[in-house]
Amino acid sequence: MAIEVRIPTILRSYTGGAKTVEGSGDTLADLLTDLDSRHSGLRARLITDQGGLHRFVNVYVNDEDVRFLGALDAKLKDGDSVTILPAVAGGAFAFAAAAALAGTR
Amino acid sequence: MARFDSLLDACGNTPLVGLPRLSPSPEVRLWAKLEDRNPTGSVKDRAALHMVRGAEAAGRLRPGDTILEPTSGNTGISLAMVAKLRGYRLVCVMPENVSTERVQVLRMYGAEIIYSPAAGGSNQAVAQAKQISAEHPDWVMLYQYGNEANARAHYETTGPELLRDLPSLTHFVAGLGTTGTLMGTGRYLREKNPEVQIIAAEPRYGELVYGLRNIDEGYVPELYDPSVLTRRFSVGTRDAVLRTRQLVEVEGLFVGFSTGAVAHAALNVAHEALREGRRADVAFIVADGGWKYLSTGGYGGTLAEAEEKLEGQLWA
Repeated sequence: MAIEVRIPTILRSYTGGAKTVEGSGDTLADLLTDLDSRHSGLRARLITDQGGLHRFVNVYVNDEDVRFLGALDAKLKDGDSVTILPAVAGGAFAFAAAAALAGTR
Repeated sequence: MARFDSLLDACGNTPLVGLPRLSPSPEVRLWAKLEDRNPTGSVKDRAALHMVRGAEAAGRLRPGDTILEPTSGNTGISLAMVAKLRGYRLVCVMPENVSTERVQVLRMYGAEIIYSPAAGGSNQAVAQAKQISAEHPDWVMLYQYGNEANARAHYETTGPELLRDLPSLTHFVAGLGTTGTLMGTGRYLREKNPEVQIIAAEPRYGELVYGLRNIDEGYVPELYDPSVLTRRFSVGTRDAVLRTRQLVEVEGLFVGFSTGAVAHAALNVAHEALREGRRADVAFIVADGGWKYLSTGGYGGTLAEAEEKLEGQLWA
């Protein structure tokens, strides 16, 4: 058994188009290093130069946000399911439009 | 006293009802706060009323002004009602893949609607919003994602109501959208009881909704402060539909799919407490009823069929 990782559309260029890939590791950091050995460049899209999780990336272990489980130090075990998603709180379109109107981006 | 001087005065003070059949044990209890009992049938009435009153008090809104609000539904309906009663014009920018019931209600209230194409993704919505804003610099945007009155509505009303009705509350669970409900209610409850667990449930939509969003173009509402939360769950469409149906079948509650997602997270923490032998009173928010979502097709057929029909829709 391994850890199943769900990849969002925008990052599938790193996985040859695959929606899900498998990896291993005791922590999220280990898992991302393992994935990067086969899907080069993926890790750099998720982790900033400062070594933290990218602000606009959400990663979930068994549907729970890893930021509340130790972030990159979150513990993983075989059979876990990891989901990577772009951050879109509040309904993607409304918020994108609202942010634009408010001049925040 | 259940008599009010006007509809606006009837906002809030919603019932908190026990869910004895869904609760795992007499020591681990689930409670639903029925926000669908607000004037236009959703939790957003609280935020809309507080944001308008806040803008009036600050002199940002004067009679006859036009309010512009990008919204995927409930906030628009709440604002449409408040705007009608307070004498404002409302223009809503919304994605074209929201349910038709919401659009019909908005039109009935006299709101004007500008659609942003669902398939064009957020980049197109952003471009369109900027264009509207540039053409109408006098329109007032309340901006629910960054308006402190949104969170304050819940700090001043939802939080105190919950603790008044359930002093033994241990967990509070709500949906994460603008984050206003969780931030406001969460801060109030944490101040009164540092041990309280504040739990977010966010909808995980089908792939079409996330589209080709670049990782660098993500959005996090300005109101969001992760330190208020204890945990945060992502709930997929199937789990949300399953719980939505379970709430009707087991407890008689007819709710929208976002509440199904919230109930999923609430049941999760309740069963965890049961396994660990802890007492728990888990209260969650019923953001709205199911009426506005019937046309999605998500209430009939098998779970798989419902999931397929909701794919690509903003169901929360």
